[in-house]
Amino acid sequence: MIGAALAVLARDLRLALRRPGQVLQPLAFFAVVTVLFPLGYTPELDKLRQIAPGVLWVAALLASLLSLESLFREDAQDGTLEQILLAGQPLAALALAKTAAHWLLTGLPLTLMAPMLGIALGVPASAMPGILSSLALGTVTLSLVGAVGAALTLGVRRGGVLLGLLTLPLTVPTLVFGARATELAIAGEGPSGALYLLAALAVLAVTLAPLAVAAALRIGSE
Amino acid sequence: MFAGLRFAVSAGLCLQVVGDNGAGKTTLLRTLAGLLEPDEGEVRWNGQRVETRSLEFQREFVYLGHQPPLKDDLTGRENLRFGLALRGTAPAGDAGRAIDAALAEVGATALGDRLVRSLSTGQRRRIALAALRLTAARIWLLDEPVTNLDAAGQAVVASMVASQLDAGGIVVAATHQDLGLAPARCPQLVLGRRA
Amino acid sequence: MDWTWFHKFGSPPHVYRLAGTLTPWFAWPAGILIIAALYGGLVLAPPDYQQGDGFRIIYVHAPSAWLSTMVYAVMASAAAVGLIWRMKVAHAVAASCAGVGASFTAASLVTGMLWGEPMWGTWWVWDPRLVAQLVLLFLFLGYIGLRSAIDDLGRADRASAVLAIVGVVNLPIIRYSVEWWNSIHQTPSVMKMDRPSMPMDMLAPLLMMLLGFTLFFVAVLLVRLRAEVLRRERGAAWVKEVVS
Repeated sequence: MIGAALAVLARDLRLALRRPGQVLQPLAFFAVVTVLFPLGYTPELDKLRQIAPGVLWVAALLASLLSLESLFREDAQDGTLEQILLAGQPLAALALAKTAAHWLLTGLPLTLMAPMLGIALGVPASAMPGILSSLALGTVTLSLVGAVGAALTLGVRRGGVLLGLLTLPLTVPTLVFGARATELAIAGEGPSGALYLLAALAVLAVTLAPLAVAAALRIGSE
Repeated sequence: MFAGLRFAVSAGLCLQVVGDNGAGKTTLLRTLAGLLEPDEGEVRWNGQRVETRSLEFQREFVYLGHQPPLKDDLTGRENLRFGLALRGTAPAGDAGRAIDAALAEVGATALGDRLVRSLSTGQRRRIALAALRLTAARIWLLDEPVTNLDAAGQAVVASMVASQLDAGGIVVAATHQDLGLAPARCPQLVLGRRA
Repeated sequence: MDWTWFHKFGSPPHVYRLAGTLTPWFAWPAGILIIAALYGGLVLAPPDYQQGDGFRIIYVHAPSAWLSTMVYAVMASAAAVGLIWRMKVAHAVAASCAGVGASFTAASLVTGMLWGEPMWGTWWVWDPRLVAQLVLLFLFLGYIGLRSAIDDLGRADRASAVLAIVGVVNLPIIRYSVEWWNSIHQTPSVMKMDRPSMPMDMLAPLLMMLLGFTLFFVAVLLVRLRAEVLRRERGAAWVKEVVS
């Protein structure tokens, strides 16, 4: 089972390396959305600093969501998803492996990019550890919750819009705790309380979401 | 789709499913594979219901749809290696050698290191057949296995099916083409007509 | 036609007839209770010492809010039963719940805004209860959207069931996160209904209204269930008999 899960993970990473453009798209999206705020609001760093937590988190949320649409779609189109379903391996473990690949290719790079964008929003360097750790934890939950939505909307007409409608309300807690942790980090206060809550969400998502993804994939491939 | 269907296949036998387009050949195979649940009735294997199949049990089955399940951006060999790891099949001896042998059997040795993207439809089918050979599954569920294959490719399918049956396996194939087996070894199931 | 339904929990015609028989037993008490509670709440109960007559909207707002959550719970439970025991009638119940639940949620939002205007001087304040209701409305809309996007009925039933279960697990977490968010940002809130001092002549109509709304929901659910069963079984011989 672990071998099969690792094989799925390694395969998805290898595929991403062969088509790096797909990996870069959500990152570029993240940067563009963030840069729009100073243009649409104000270039004053003092004011931008105040909205920086919300901007960074909403942009990360949307970038993550954007990349989720294709999480299972390509496998479904070329028939490899059926082979994964029929492999005689625990499907939840394989779903978790695919989601882990998504996080490594989207959540982690988004996290690593955030300090750069934070600087553009007037975030002090002292806030970076808090921002990095909150995004690292929060994007895990985003990938998992989004994977449930992606599996449910597999093969559905206009699935992208529906994916947003299904997934975004479920990400409210991540957004609330993540933005708060970022806010505290910027203010120079300890964000550990909010980080604990983010970690708890991530643990819950890792435990439960793969089961929902597995059920949804079986239903979707009927 | 269809109703009132009842059949059994024993080890060492093939079942050829024929019927008009839309008669439900693919639906029948997907139901046997466990991808679909029958609205009514059940599928049993060794007396056990397919719906409640355990994971070990699932590995006895392999389903090959009309589209070769391969990743375009991987080479044939990488696809085969993934298939082995996914099913947890441990081939006798070295995995690389087993893959070489499977590629040679389907006449695709020269194709193994090319990206699947660059292969023709028939060449993809050959890679998919090599993947089929590498599984340790006893029951093969094949949807249109010889479509898009040239005469040599069709002969490969026929010999693979024959050797699978000789080894005590079961093959259920939806195809109108002759698989080159004696009628006693490969009865036909006709869908879409009231018997 | 699906016969597993017959094998397990009674036939669609049976469910159809049973729902029809039960409907008046819920509809009449619901109507009587709601009218009595309206009289009690709007006429008999004294004005609030702080909010004046404005508080009276609680008699619609609180039952709507209470039912919106309850309907989601009923919907998710029915969906889980349908998913686990493959019971088609349970999926029909879940499908019938969604529209009613969305309506109750919308009603609680609108009445909340109407209440907010005289209290806060604005139609919308980021009150945690209102925000939670708004998220709940999105959850209902997502459920309805997913159901309508999938053509195959069996797939739509099961996929939306998974979504409802995921939603019901998330609902308490969302509520908690919104309360937590509110505790930081300190928005005003007048919609506290846990005042122990509410006098009996205010409280009694509210409790009657809660019960009346609940019975009303059951009656509406039964009517919608009948329609849903007919829709799903169209083409079956018994439906033709019923309709003609």
